[in-house]
Amino acid sequence: MSVETSTAAAPQEAKKDGLFSKKNRRVLSDPLDDNNPVTVQILGVCSALAVTVQVKPAIIMAIGVTLVTAFSNLIISLIREGIPGRIRMIVQLVVVALLVTLVDQILKAYMFDVSKKLSVFVGLIITNCIVMGRLEAYAMAQKPWPSFLDGVGNGLGYGIILVVVSVIRELFGSGSVMGLKVVPQFLYDLGYVNNGLMMLPPMALFLIGIYIWIQRARNQKLVNVS
Amino acid sequence: MKFLQRILASVKPNFEKGGRFEKFHPAFEALETFLFVPGQTTAHGVHVRDAMDLKRTMMTVIIALVPTLLFGMWNVGYQHHLAYGMDASLMDNFWFGCWKVLPIIVVSYAAGLGVEFVFSILRGHPVSEGYLVTGLLIPLTLPVTVPLWMVALAAIFCTLLGKEIFGGTGMNFMNPALLARVFLFFAFPAYMSGDIWTDLSPEAGQAIVDGYSGATNLVAFDANYHALPSAGDMFWGFEQGSIGETSTAACLIGALILILSGVGSWQVIVSCFAGALLMGLLLNGMAPADVPNHAMHTPAYYHWLMGGFAFGAVYMATDPVTAAQTERGKWIYGLLIGAFTVVLRVFNPAYPEGMMLSILLLNVFAPLIDHIVVEQHIKKRLNRA
Repeated sequence: MSVETSTAAAPQEAKKDGLFSKKNRRVLSDPLDDNNPVTVQILGVCSALAVTVQVKPAIIMAIGVTLVTAFSNLIISLIREGIPGRIRMIVQLVVVALLVTLVDQILKAYMFDVSKKLSVFVGLIITNCIVMGRLEAYAMAQKPWPSFLDGVGNGLGYGIILVVVSVIRELFGSGSVMGLKVVPQFLYDLGYVNNGLMMLPPMALFLIGIYIWIQRARNQKLVNVS
Repeated sequence: MKFLQRILASVKPNFEKGGRFEKFHPAFEALETFLFVPGQTTAHGVHVRDAMDLKRTMMTVIIALVPTLLFGMWNVGYQHHLAYGMDASLMDNFWFGCWKVLPIIVVSYAAGLGVEFVFSILRGHPVSEGYLVTGLLIPLTLPVTVPLWMVALAAIFCTLLGKEIFGGTGMNFMNPALLARVFLFFAFPAYMSGDIWTDLSPEAGQAIVDGYSGATNLVAFDANYHALPSAGDMFWGFEQGSIGETSTAACLIGALILILSGVGSWQVIVSCFAGALLMGLLLNGMAPADVPNHAMHTPAYYHWLMGGFAFGAVYMATDPVTAAQTERGKWIYGLLIGAFTVVLRVFNPAYPEGMMLSILLLNVFAPLIDHIVVEQHIKKRLNRA
């Protein structure tokens, strides 16, 4: 994931801490489960409800958010010493807006149909709470390389939820995954029907809720954290 | 009775602590206390002692549901034979309907109680009685043609997400049976609206009569309220609709049982009916004079008779867990349910039956209503002091 970018950020950090030291690996892996941005930090739920009807847009969205969180974390962390405290939000917003515009334009240029399906939600990555949340909570106080890993980790953690929810929704809502028919025709002949509720946003909320339920039942550490 | 008691006593050691089936103790306990009054008492603290425990309350509601159930079974057969233009006797109609309705009830109980048993064994708490009523309410709110696997899915959904997730019976903030119906309504709209209200399984040598229309009264009155059948027909329930909802008369018998036994709150029932009537009258007053067929002209009391209004007001809105708790709150809660139902019916043809959605909406608002009532009361007392 971060192969081509790690060279750019490496000189900042290589002196003391190994690039993938234990601490850095934790920064990357924590948001995937124990500190998941959606199910534990409860950030970015709105877009998780909106773009998970089908798997493909969900994956594109996850990649987009991962890129934006990673690079905005990196950039803000690089210039964190020079940002005056009173206008830091505006500076963060400018950086995020720049990255979001880049993602949006790339999508429009190379994947126009997906871009149309995601419509405003790419532009709205800028309001995705995960991006600003990680900038404020992590990048403003950490060195660039861990910040970058934190951005990648949180983007991927968000992506995991998106993919899980969208696979379930597309499978039961339209009987397909990634646009391929999965539910065989003979089941329909037997009287099976696609579940229309899966196509509506409330079901995504239920699924995320069930995910949180299972996650906390498995991991007692998370109970009563938030 | 003695015989049953002896059987239970003989297998009981297996389910006690250290017994072979210790894990399944909740399941055994549920069956035992369902049949007999439990032998143990609470260990400490002051408790209300009353013969009217949760199981007896639930049984009362089930008894109150019997009239609607029996009438619903008969009506299923009646509508079926009517659509084919056949003359059938009272018992013919009843047995036909009974044969169609029983599988739905069995599936609903099996699926829902299955979830309850699994959860009580996993969590080690006793099986609660809440599902006894829910399991019967679900089939009564569904059309008779609903596929059985959908019933099972809805029952599982409502037990899991309507109740267990909040901590089981008594902790839910929405009526589980209505949640099951609303789940099916949005998940499988093709099976919950349209021409599905009458069982049209083919009859040898018979064809559907020419005048047959699958539209319920709720759909018909949106276009032209003059097309509604007579008030008498709608009151007694000779109309198409979900299994248990058609007969206002049967619902009123149930209401009588609930009120006399003190299980259902008469304030909620009365205020529901009053709310619908008041809103109906208001709309009558505002109805456009130049469109004589407009739904707003529908006589206000028709709303009592059409669709599932009476059923919802008597059995659903009165659910003691999800309704408002304060006396004044109950009146506000009921009035709003009635009013919203009529508004939804008249102005939103996409949702012909407003009862379901307005009860669920007010379920959500019930705690807020209670809060406001209590706050107002405190403020009044403070002013007087």
